[in-house]
Amino acid sequence: MGQDVIVSIVPWLAMLGFGAFHGLNPGMGWLFALSLGLQQQRERVIWLSLLPIAAGHALAIALAAMLVLFGTKVISLPALQWLTAGLLLAFGLYKLFNYYRHPRWVGMKVGLGDLFLWSFLMATAHGAGLMVLPALIGVAGGDVGHAGHGEHASHLGASGVNMLLAVILHTGAMLLVMGGTAWIVYRKFGLAILRRHWINFDLIWAIALLIAAAVAAMMAL
Amino acid sequence: MGLWKPDPSFYPSAKMAMQAPPERHAYVAALNYGRNDQPDGICVVDLDPDSASYGTVLTTLELPNVGDELHHFGWNACSSALCPFAPHPHLERRYLVVPGIRSSRLYIVDTKPDPTKPHIAKIIEPEEVIEKSGYSRPHTVHCGPDAIYVSAMGSTDEDGPGGIFMLDHFSFEVKGPWEIDRGDQELAYDFWWHLAEDVLVSSEWAKPHQFENGLVPEDLLANKYGHRLHFWDLRKRKRVQTIDLGAQHQMVLELRPAHDPRKTYGFAGVVISTADLSASIWLWQRSDKDGQWTMDKVITIPAVPAEESALPPALKPFGAVPPLVSDIDLSLDDRFLYVSCWGTGELHQYDVSDPLNPKLAGKVAIGGIVNKAPHPKSDGPLLGGPQMVEISRDGKRVYFTNSLYSTWDDQFYPEKMGGWMVKVNVQPDGGMALDPGFFVDFGDTRVHQIRLEGGDSSTDSFCYPS
Repeated sequence: MGQDVIVSIVPWLAMLGFGAFHGLNPGMGWLFALSLGLQQQRERVIWLSLLPIAAGHALAIALAAMLVLFGTKVISLPALQWLTAGLLLAFGLYKLFNYYRHPRWVGMKVGLGDLFLWSFLMATAHGAGLMVLPALIGVAGGDVGHAGHGEHASHLGASGVNMLLAVILHTGAMLLVMGGTAWIVYRKFGLAILRRHWINFDLIWAIALLIAAAVAAMMAL
Repeated sequence: MGLWKPDPSFYPSAKMAMQAPPERHAYVAALNYGRNDQPDGICVVDLDPDSASYGTVLTTLELPNVGDELHHFGWNACSSALCPFAPHPHLERRYLVVPGIRSSRLYIVDTKPDPTKPHIAKIIEPEEVIEKSGYSRPHTVHCGPDAIYVSAMGSTDEDGPGGIFMLDHFSFEVKGPWEIDRGDQELAYDFWWHLAEDVLVSSEWAKPHQFENGLVPEDLLANKYGHRLHFWDLRKRKRVQTIDLGAQHQMVLELRPAHDPRKTYGFAGVVISTADLSASIWLWQRSDKDGQWTMDKVITIPAVPAEESALPPALKPFGAVPPLVSDIDLSLDDRFLYVSCWGTGELHQYDVSDPLNPKLAGKVAIGGIVNKAPHPKSDGPLLGGPQMVEISRDGKRVYFTNSLYSTWDDQFYPEKMGGWMVKVNVQPDGGMALDPGFFVDFGDTRVHQIRLEGGDSSTDSFCYPS
């Protein structure tokens, strides 16, 4: 029973951890929010801008969750896991050699709608949703394991709720880390920190995609 | 590409960039077009006062083709790589993007591993540039947040409009023309932007046939050179406003927007007025009321009367030397504007803390059509005058060269002008003097744009306020 709890909790922790990881990446939004606040000389703008950014990100993750829900309905769990592993491997390899590429869209003069779309685009183009697929399958897979015989309708309903919870958890963690990072840079360190400590998140991101591919493959085995 | 730290020459704000270490060398465009059969090149000049070779040419990268005619050039990447909507901070400031304005060829010059021995990494042949960009005669290069932007004076055919095209940051592939809706914009020259406002500003010089074989006096007297400024939506790539400075204000060239993204103003230089031969500097600024741009003439530099015998044939009918403001440059703190008076042989320094009311803070005299003022280290009188200006990031040193453009040099300085580069030391609160120990003589080869190691005051754009 102990092992069961651990197994079912790991995907949730992964969703939380990925949320923090995505939030920390300056390319996913906190830096954009911070720069808008600095430009307009209003701190409130920083915090206000984080909300549409988080919402855009959440939409990208929610689409991934819907794909998983759909996937568990049409193919077997191992097949879904292998498919995910393959997708992640292919995209991770692509990003490994093209990690510096970004979609070019918007500019510096943005409204809340722009920020929402920008964030959705960034998350999607960088494969944020793809990265959390194994964790989402884990969340869904736990239910599949427990569903036993019959009762397909109710189990699908339950995993739908779980998926929603997982997206909320992920986005909450992301928002918290984005806000915390923006706050620390704004209040304590200043922008000079960008020069010294802006690690190559794009490359780390590509590696994270490959790790997620390995995890998905291990889940399938 | 760096893994743990962005390129150290990228700075979030202009104010931070002023803390940068002093430049140790400069890249200088060297031109031989029209005078000998030598190709153009990029000279590396030693700027380190503690070096034994200070003030001399360390190496020259000779280009493989003759007749490119280098003019302006720029870095592949700069501080705009930190802009938050498309950051790629681990790109390197490493390659010089060097267009040949006459050949339409583009060279990508690698400054690593040894920055004093640059080498060619890639050549984009004229056919490819013209076919993919839709433009010819590439000129100004700016490192944007999302691409490298290059202005071009000509089109694929003789009469089409000049404009701007984009190069991929990473592969240097020509991506295509930048504009989606250019309105009635025809003439091109310089461009720069207010990144935080998503606004691009472009200026007007002339069509290729109006400059390639020299200044066309009839066109000038008929006010057929450019006299307008265009404001564009950088996101929609659409022209939104045009300001006509008046037809007599011929040739609107260099554009220097304030470096601090919170400031929505900038300066444009006009070469000559056909009304009185004066040159002028204009301020553009955005109105708080309706967001429209307005322009005001903030500096007028009058022509200087001269004996007809001292003037080149082109100027004899006028009995005066026009200042011919050909370049301007703004220090990173947006405080001092440097103005090259190529005709009269003067570099002016204006305090533009109050941009609507510039105050003359310093002056340096060297060369000039009539004066031919020497440098302490030169062998006698000098031809040419202050032309391409570059300011160190800390604002303490200014460098300039003397050549404008091959065929125009010959019209205004017909006595076989050579190339030289000098340095000016700037006082913290204004005022400046020629550095008596720095005079680079390039002999017959003429010199144009200067780029400083690690960036200077006309390459980098900043997305974060000072």
